[in-house]
Amino acid sequence: MPKTAVLALLLTALAAGTVAGCGSGSGAGSAGDGKSLTIYSGRDEEYVGPLIDRYKKENPGVDVEVRYGDSAELASTLREEGNRTPAGLFLSQDAGALGALQQAGLLAKLPSDILDRVPAKYRSSEGDWVGITGRVRVLAYDSRKLGKDQLPDSVFDLTQPQWKGKVGWAPTNASFQAFVTAMRLTAGEEKTKKWLEEMKANDTQAYEKNSIIRDAVADGEIEVGLINHYYVLEGIREGEIKQENYPVQLHFFPGGDVGTLVNVSGAAIPNASDQQDAAKSFTSFLLADPQQEYFAKQVGEYPLVPGVKQDPSLPPLSSIEQPDLDLADLEDLQGTQELLKETGVL
Amino acid sequence: MEAGVHEAGRQAGARRGPGLSGTLVASIFVAVVCAIPVAYLFVVILDEPAVAWEVIWRPDTLRLLLRSLALAVAVGATATLIAVPLAWLTSRSDLPWRRGWTVLSVLPLVIPSYIGAYLFVSALGPRGELQSLLGVESLPSIYGFAGAWIVLSLFTFPLVLLPVRAAMKRLDPNLEDAASGMGRSQAEIARTVILPQLIPAIGAGALLVSLYALADFGAVSILRFDSFTRVIYQSYRASFDRTGAAALAGVLVVVMLLLLLVESRVRRSRSYHRVGPGSIRPTRPVALGRWRWPAVAFCAVVALFSFLLPVGMLVYWSAQSVAGSTDWQQVITAAANSILLATLTAAVAALAALPVAWLGARTPGRLSRVVDTLTTTGYALPGIVVALAIVFIGIRLVPFLYQTLPMTVIAMVIVCLPLAITATRAAVLQLPPRLEEAARGSGRSPLGVLATIGIPLTRAGILAGAALVFVAAIKELPVVVLLSPIEFSTLPLVIWQESTRAFFESGAIPALVLLLVTAPGVWLLVGRER
Repeated sequence: MPKTAVLALLLTALAAGTVAGCGSGSGAGSAGDGKSLTIYSGRDEEYVGPLIDRYKKENPGVDVEVRYGDSAELASTLREEGNRTPAGLFLSQDAGALGALQQAGLLAKLPSDILDRVPAKYRSSEGDWVGITGRVRVLAYDSRKLGKDQLPDSVFDLTQPQWKGKVGWAPTNASFQAFVTAMRLTAGEEKTKKWLEEMKANDTQAYEKNSIIRDAVADGEIEVGLINHYYVLEGIREGEIKQENYPVQLHFFPGGDVGTLVNVSGAAIPNASDQQDAAKSFTSFLLADPQQEYFAKQVGEYPLVPGVKQDPSLPPLSSIEQPDLDLADLEDLQGTQELLKETGVL
Repeated sequence: MEAGVHEAGRQAGARRGPGLSGTLVASIFVAVVCAIPVAYLFVVILDEPAVAWEVIWRPDTLRLLLRSLALAVAVGATATLIAVPLAWLTSRSDLPWRRGWTVLSVLPLVIPSYIGAYLFVSALGPRGELQSLLGVESLPSIYGFAGAWIVLSLFTFPLVLLPVRAAMKRLDPNLEDAASGMGRSQAEIARTVILPQLIPAIGAGALLVSLYALADFGAVSILRFDSFTRVIYQSYRASFDRTGAAALAGVLVVVMLLLLLVESRVRRSRSYHRVGPGSIRPTRPVALGRWRWPAVAFCAVVALFSFLLPVGMLVYWSAQSVAGSTDWQQVITAAANSILLATLTAAVAALAALPVAWLGARTPGRLSRVVDTLTTTGYALPGIVVALAIVFIGIRLVPFLYQTLPMTVIAMVIVCLPLAITATRAAVLQLPPRLEEAARGSGRSPLGVLATIGIPLTRAGILAGAALVFVAAIKELPVVVLLSPIEFSTLPLVIWQESTRAFFESGAIPALVLLLVTAPGVWLLVGRER
């Protein structure tokens, strides 16, 4: 049938054009004129927006534009765009998305003056990405019901009967899943599986989000919750404004327990970008003291640059005993999600 | 496109023109553009065929397939069961406040499934409003299949209701009178005379609903039902596994083919136009008698759960959130952008649907089936797959259009086109081909026939299609996030940002604004109903 043949021909042409297009490309990026910068931001406008304004004020000649989205989806977009990407800089909510782009070979090596701003633990060992802020997994607890001495020493203790029905977690949350990945890497599959099953059997309460868990602790619905540290800080600060004692406090598991995983938000530059200079300039700006202080003050995250003042109610990052692992290894969440489903947690 | 529309007239008039007719060329053009997601899937799968093969043959994949298919069929069937009685009551009976129920029955379309699902969980989920209202320890879980099934049925049934109601209004009462005169009972008439005439409309609507259920991400993710779409999103989000995601999306296309096949069987070889002279005389509404109040109760229950309660909750949350904290400037800009994007999408989709609808109605066959299939894929695939496909192909083939408004519109048309095609085709099917043939015979040009006969007589269907596309496009998120011009914010984007930043509740005001700006689309849909 000739009509079908015509359609097939057109489709083939489309496919061929596409495949041909994959091969060619601009290849390596260029320094650019430093006058424009396109950012793909997996971090919220609420936090990044004010910094963009500040940067524009300091660098009036540079035109900065931002596309906000989900970190992983933007990382997928960067990969589909390949070496034609219009993005000059990628800001990610977590290390996993950065690790995936590094593995795909899409990132430019960052200069040492940028990398050296943060301790080696918080950047790519290959120099492909750099951490901007630290976010720590903690146990949020109800200080009205629990004294410091009643808190568990390890996240593994939460399976004990005394915690039955009193713990909250967020199985669908990306930070929680990164923490489970870290547990698999440090404690092994079997122990992680057993922990998940026992937690579930212990009637651990599932919530959609970190902030909801925090509020559930504040409302006395549960006694403790596994969340990121800055959510609690947000509540404490609001309490200060209202001059009330905020009931939820932070507990860091001691002794390098995996319950106290330190993850990072970070930045990376696509190697095909022709805005290299502007992107480096903006990354240096994010790692400069005033902006690090901004993250500490406004967001409650840990500044990664040593010497920058952090929130006084938090223990210093260097004092937190961290589990021994490479953040880039947190890239693969697939196994974690399978395990969460297998155990019926997700 | 211009030439395509021009040529479309000749095909409509001449039916079997020599060689490649205009409708055909235009249809093929539309189909090729709509084939972008499929072309992308091929490219990605062929990149790592072994990996894709492994994913496809996992035992998990078959389970997923059955679950997704079950959801699609269940939602399609439930939506039909809600829609058909409602359509009959609001079009053929003496139901009290008929006009009000007519409008209310379409309004659920304005509520995006992600908002509907979130409201459903807040109301009925663990620690939800109902639980605190009843003061009980726990309620049966609403997560999983049941939740996804209920929510998707509640917010998609108007897609069945609209074509069915239109078909009911066009029923020729003479047929019923004839049957009644032959001594048939009311039930027999309903089964043997009315229902057969409604089947195509039911089939087309149920297909749209089922495909929507297949592609939906918002509701299934919030309700934690592992459909294909949710697993595809997880492949991208959790493990950056594009090959695995593409392989699963490929299987999803196969599921879509199955559903299309069923629907085309239902639709095949029937004629829907009147052959007798004169126009359809208005029907006398059926007296409900003692069924009057049960019927009102049915309409009220549907309206309550599919529209009034969700909107009530949004209003309540909006009132609670601090009024000063809303950035109105941002919301207004986003609303303007949303309206612009949805209007352009509706216009282009209506235009693109014309040749495809004419081809499907006038020369059904293998080719029109291929075109129908290709134009449906974008609607049946998860938004993220379509968006990444257009990223991949767009930046390589038309880099100058990448992340511009025209490209966003094209992407949105690919996602929404079947809504326009279905509505337009239904209208073309009711148009006696003899009319076009006569006009051609009297020496009118093909374009003249289309302009003076074709479009005016199918105007209602074309407008209904455009309105459906408008309503769907204004809710769309993934395509906008990745493909819109940079710093082009829309209402769903604002809602998404607000809800990830803090609480879903803080997105209540932009969500209400979204419902308000969708209203013109609904007005187009019901305002034209007489």
